[in-house]
Amino acid sequence: MSGHLIDLLGWSEVLAGFVLWLLSLPFRLVSWIVNSIGSTPRNPLDDFVGWLTGPDLTAFVAVIVAVNLVLLWATAFHLLIIMWIERKMYSRLQDRRGIMIGLGSFDILRRTLGRIPLIGRPFRRPSHLGTGFLQTVADGVKLFQKEVITPATADKWMFHAAPVMIASSTLLLFVAIPWSDGFWIMGSPGADGPVNPYGILVILAAFGVAPLGILIAGWASNNKYTLLGGMRAAAQLMSYEIPLVLSIIAVVFLSRSLDPFAIVRDQSRLLAIGGVTVPFLPNWYVFHPVLWIAFIVFFITIIAEAERIPFDIPEAEAELVEGWTTEYSGMRFGIVFGFKWLRALAGAALIVILFFGGWDGPVFTTVYVPNIATLGVGTVPVPILFQEFWFTVKVYIVFIVFVWIAWSVPRVRIDQILNIGWRTLVPLSVLAILLAALARGVNWL
Amino acid sequence: MGPQHPMTHGLWNLRIKVDGETIVDAEPEIGYLHRGYEKIMEVREFQKNVVLTDRLCYVSSITWSHAYCLACEELMDVEVPPRGQYLRVITLELQRIASHLMWLAAYGPDLGLLTALLWALRERELFLDLLQLISGARMNQNWPRIGGVRNDAPPDFDQYCRKVIAHFRKKMDEYANVFEQSKLFQVRTVGVGRISREDAMDWGVTGPNLRACGARIDLREMDPYDAYPEIEFEPAVARDGDSYARYKVRMEELKTSCDLIERALDKLPAGPYRAKQPRRAEGEAFRRTEDSRGEALFYVIGDGDDRPYRVKIRSPIFSTMFAAPLMMRGNKVADVVAIMGSIDVCVGEIDK
Repeated sequence: MSGHLIDLLGWSEVLAGFVLWLLSLPFRLVSWIVNSIGSTPRNPLDDFVGWLTGPDLTAFVAVIVAVNLVLLWATAFHLLIIMWIERKMYSRLQDRRGIMIGLGSFDILRRTLGRIPLIGRPFRRPSHLGTGFLQTVADGVKLFQKEVITPATADKWMFHAAPVMIASSTLLLFVAIPWSDGFWIMGSPGADGPVNPYGILVILAAFGVAPLGILIAGWASNNKYTLLGGMRAAAQLMSYEIPLVLSIIAVVFLSRSLDPFAIVRDQSRLLAIGGVTVPFLPNWYVFHPVLWIAFIVFFITIIAEAERIPFDIPEAEAELVEGWTTEYSGMRFGIVFGFKWLRALAGAALIVILFFGGWDGPVFTTVYVPNIATLGVGTVPVPILFQEFWFTVKVYIVFIVFVWIAWSVPRVRIDQILNIGWRTLVPLSVLAILLAALARGVNWL
Repeated sequence: MGPQHPMTHGLWNLRIKVDGETIVDAEPEIGYLHRGYEKIMEVREFQKNVVLTDRLCYVSSITWSHAYCLACEELMDVEVPPRGQYLRVITLELQRIASHLMWLAAYGPDLGLLTALLWALRERELFLDLLQLISGARMNQNWPRIGGVRNDAPPDFDQYCRKVIAHFRKKMDEYANVFEQSKLFQVRTVGVGRISREDAMDWGVTGPNLRACGARIDLREMDPYDAYPEIEFEPAVARDGDSYARYKVRMEELKTSCDLIERALDKLPAGPYRAKQPRRAEGEAFRRTEDSRGEALFYVIGDGDDRPYRVKIRSPIFSTMFAAPLMMRGNKVADVVAIMGSIDVCVGEIDK
């Protein structure tokens, strides 16, 4: 196992302490003036300053800071990247290059920075020969500029509440999913790593909130397409929750825990079947002789939960004109549409945690650098291929498989989706549970 | 659904009555694109109407102009020279391939498979290049003439054709991988929108949609025109009459058209490509041809003037459209696109 680069709560605590110290400065000044004028035995302001910078409030604010950091991490980092990955990836499947906007597309930059001899090179490129990454930013800016329209016949409160519900439940997913041994919010430090006994349950619960938001959005828009889309979403997502949870139960039989950290720790040892250790093969659950069934069920249900093709019938653009998102415009549309991507990414992260060893990676390298905090005295180990790196790489690979599937198959019909869910996935997941229970019972794994 | 709806591929409206997600009844409404073709053609000279008939269906313009030219030739008693006939067959089949590829490109997104759109359009471009090579335009070629075709084929045209067809045959396997070998595609289309052979004939369904019901009715074979009797080919027929059968028939027709083009190129005779036609005509004549979408018929009456006295157009999808409710009843809302997409609607020719 390697070390983690990011210590999210620790860093947020430092940040929170700094913010609170800044906040306390005016009070300190007043209290200093008061103290120097008179000689009251006990200045109440000092107590207040003490409370403001004390450990209790700092710990509380640290969590808020950490949640905001995760929000930033999810939207400003992952959302932009996965949108770009998806668009580039499916363009390649379609035998074209996809979005190509680059820095050279900005005329003003080309004419100013582009004239600088060496540094200006990326700005001098022809307008559409960039990587296209700026396109996602431009789309966001465009959505911000658009008018936010509320249909006259819509149920206004519900209509406004639905995107909030969808967005917040998606962010809850990101708060609940640990990104490494140090990059987590939910949990507590334990003897051998962090502990979060019911982490997987929380993640599943957060997944379960979104269908409600979609149903509300579809109903409140008061449009035939959104209504059909919302109903489809409700039917689909609720029937796929069952195989989703059942396939996780099969995993729990082997991991003996609902703790994501424990599940990942269990997967970081070598695979042993019937007491025989398989060399070089880690104990990732996808390699298990009995758990791959659960993996297949889980993978399919996660695609359905993320509403991606072939299971994107709630917004089937061919017959339902984007389904439940039809009436949303401007950034509200951006939220419901963009956070669908984030839910897909969270689903990929869950797959990686449960079946692909989480942040466990094959190669770790650590370098020792002089400690800045002690002005160069002593060294601290810094991982080069740290846990966050491995986890992100795996998550993106799973996400690319999502994209690959989505753009090479047609959409399935609503009754067929329910048939697949109830007649195939549920029995398969029960079979996976039985096999896992058997393997655990005879202590074979 | 409509008139502005992603399902419609044009401008028409489909009123559907649903019980939950199940379609109880459906009623197409057309007429949004009516341009008064038959009336306009009465005030233009015979030859100048070719420009108009090109635009009846821009996806398949040559086949429509050709049907009009055939009717006029019958009216004027003009015999097309053999080279003209063969050039017509070649361009007709090129146009049929381009049209079917456009259908394929539209059918993919209907089912949620946007990749097919780009792939089919990629190959369609090659055939449009061929049409451009011979006629000078990608679309609305204005290429058939009463009495032949407008110009001769450029040098090495047959080599270009053979090269494109050889390339296209390889790409057909790629389509097969993404369409018919995909379980999900079969799930969406097999058994969906079924119509019996008798119903199809009663409602006047023609072309690939009728051949998908098991009827071997292909006017190129039954009522041949131009050089078709001299070229051997096997019309594609499927049995089930569902969306999947319609898909199969069209994909088979792509292969048939490739064969037809190659055989026509082999036999392409030398000589003139266009006969002189009289300016004025009297009498009445009609000819029907196998359009990309079915039976296209032109009925032309001349009263001795240089303009037609009356023109009547029979478009295949006009009839097929009203057989669609039969196919839709009992299916799900999502099947509307799977059915209407497989019919290959072209609103330009419906509304005329």
